[in-house]
Amino acid sequence: MKVLEINHCNKKFGDNEVLKDISLSVSEGQVVSIIGPSGSGKSTLLRCATLLETMDGGDLIYLGNHATKADGTGKSIYSDDNKLREIKKHFGLVFQNFNLFPHYSVMRNITEPPILIGKRPKDEVYAEARELLAKMGLSDKEDAYPHQLSGGQQQRVSIARALAMKPEILFFDEPTSALDPELTGEILKVIKDLAAEHMTMVIVTHEMSFARDVSNHIIFMDGGVIVEEGAPEEVINNPKQERTKAFLGRFQQ
Amino acid sequence: MDIAEYLSIIQQLAGGMLATLFIFVLTLVFSMPLGLLVAFGRMSKWAPFAFLLPEDKFQEKGLRKWIGNFKPIQFLAKVYISILRGTPLMLQLLVVYFAPYYIFGVTLSKSYRFMAVLIGFSVNYAAYFAEIYRSGIESIPVGQYEAASVLGYNKYQTFFKIVFPQMVKRILPPVTNEIITLVKDTAMAFVLNYTEMFTLAKQIAAAKTTIIPLFIAGVFYFIFNWVVAYVMERVEKSLSYYR
Repeated sequence: MKVLEINHCNKKFGDNEVLKDISLSVSEGQVVSIIGPSGSGKSTLLRCATLLETMDGGDLIYLGNHATKADGTGKSIYSDDNKLREIKKHFGLVFQNFNLFPHYSVMRNITEPPILIGKRPKDEVYAEARELLAKMGLSDKEDAYPHQLSGGQQQRVSIARALAMKPEILFFDEPTSALDPELTGEILKVIKDLAAEHMTMVIVTHEMSFARDVSNHIIFMDGGVIVEEGAPEEVINNPKQERTKAFLGRFQQ
Repeated sequence: MDIAEYLSIIQQLAGGMLATLFIFVLTLVFSMPLGLLVAFGRMSKWAPFAFLLPEDKFQEKGLRKWIGNFKPIQFLAKVYISILRGTPLMLQLLVVYFAPYYIFGVTLSKSYRFMAVLIGFSVNYAAYFAEIYRSGIESIPVGQYEAASVLGYNKYQTFFKIVFPQMVKRILPPVTNEIITLVKDTAMAFVLNYTEMFTLAKQIAAAKTTIIPLFIAGVFYFIFNWVVAYVMERVEKSLSYYR
């Protein structure tokens, strides 16, 4: 079953073509990492997939539900807001800079969305939130506010917040880029644990060795196109394209 | 003047203080929500003629671009704010009071005097509050909207659950300023001969040929504002549990 399908995605900012005919699909349980230099379009692709940005052309499909459908000319036609909000229940997103709600306690950050949006019973949501916090090693932080936590802890809360909505697929937008190297490890470990539980994930990252270890599929993007993709060992250790070699060469030094 | 006379002045002014308090509270009750509406209007991006713009809107120039980008609600809100901020409050009060008669020929009862004071103050303060709200709303990081959007919050949930509470915290200092100014501006009700504390103080001062009532009025204002500042400080503290 394809959890996510993107067909022939095009995106322009003014005259600047950021995404050129990108197609990708993610199956259940798959972990896909997207790597590439800054400005390659990988974050824009993630923002299009999570409906934070509208694509100009192409399809975006979650579990068979069309968020956008290309018309005869290839132009993206979006579904109405109600359907889009239904589709948003299928995915979660972890931001580079967490974007927790500062006026809510850790507990409320995690529990409000499932109660308010998911319309689920309070007790059940609270019980699950406590489990999630335990899993993230933050059981003692229930009543803390985001500003009282370290960056790594905030990012773990934001992962818990995304998981509380029980998404079928979880996106990560450079989840460790705002953290110092010491805190990076704790986030990467959480993501590895999720991968071990067969959580379907798409990760935009600059951590090459992490991408190789955690994912079953790697996509290298540059200049708005997918330059190379395949099994992690292939792409990272044995790139075929010159552009990929040049990019990874810089990392291996 | 003996003590009894002082006490009588204080007593009369305290009665006037009640009228002042009345204007003050009602003006806040009306102008604060009205200001929010004006702020929404000011931030409205509704452009009914956008269909005139071609696909590639970055190319368009001239009149068609101007009409295509024209935002009527935003425009109205801007006009509202610029007129109410750009003309004296005293003049606005006079216009509200006399316009029904001079423009529409409607004779209004005496009780309209108080209504006119309230309408004038509320409409004027709403313009200032609108801009304060806008500054607060626009200072909320875009990431907050994005997080809410991905979690499936609709526009209203995003505003009332996520944006509004954070906005309130951020705008408290300028709102305190505005409220304190309002306390002192209530004295302007005298232009419509509405008897609040300051009007009363002037009357007593004229009758008894002494400035003591004016001085006492000053003390009243000062105490009033000290209480306002104290309350607002407490509110700020109660919201300091997060950053």
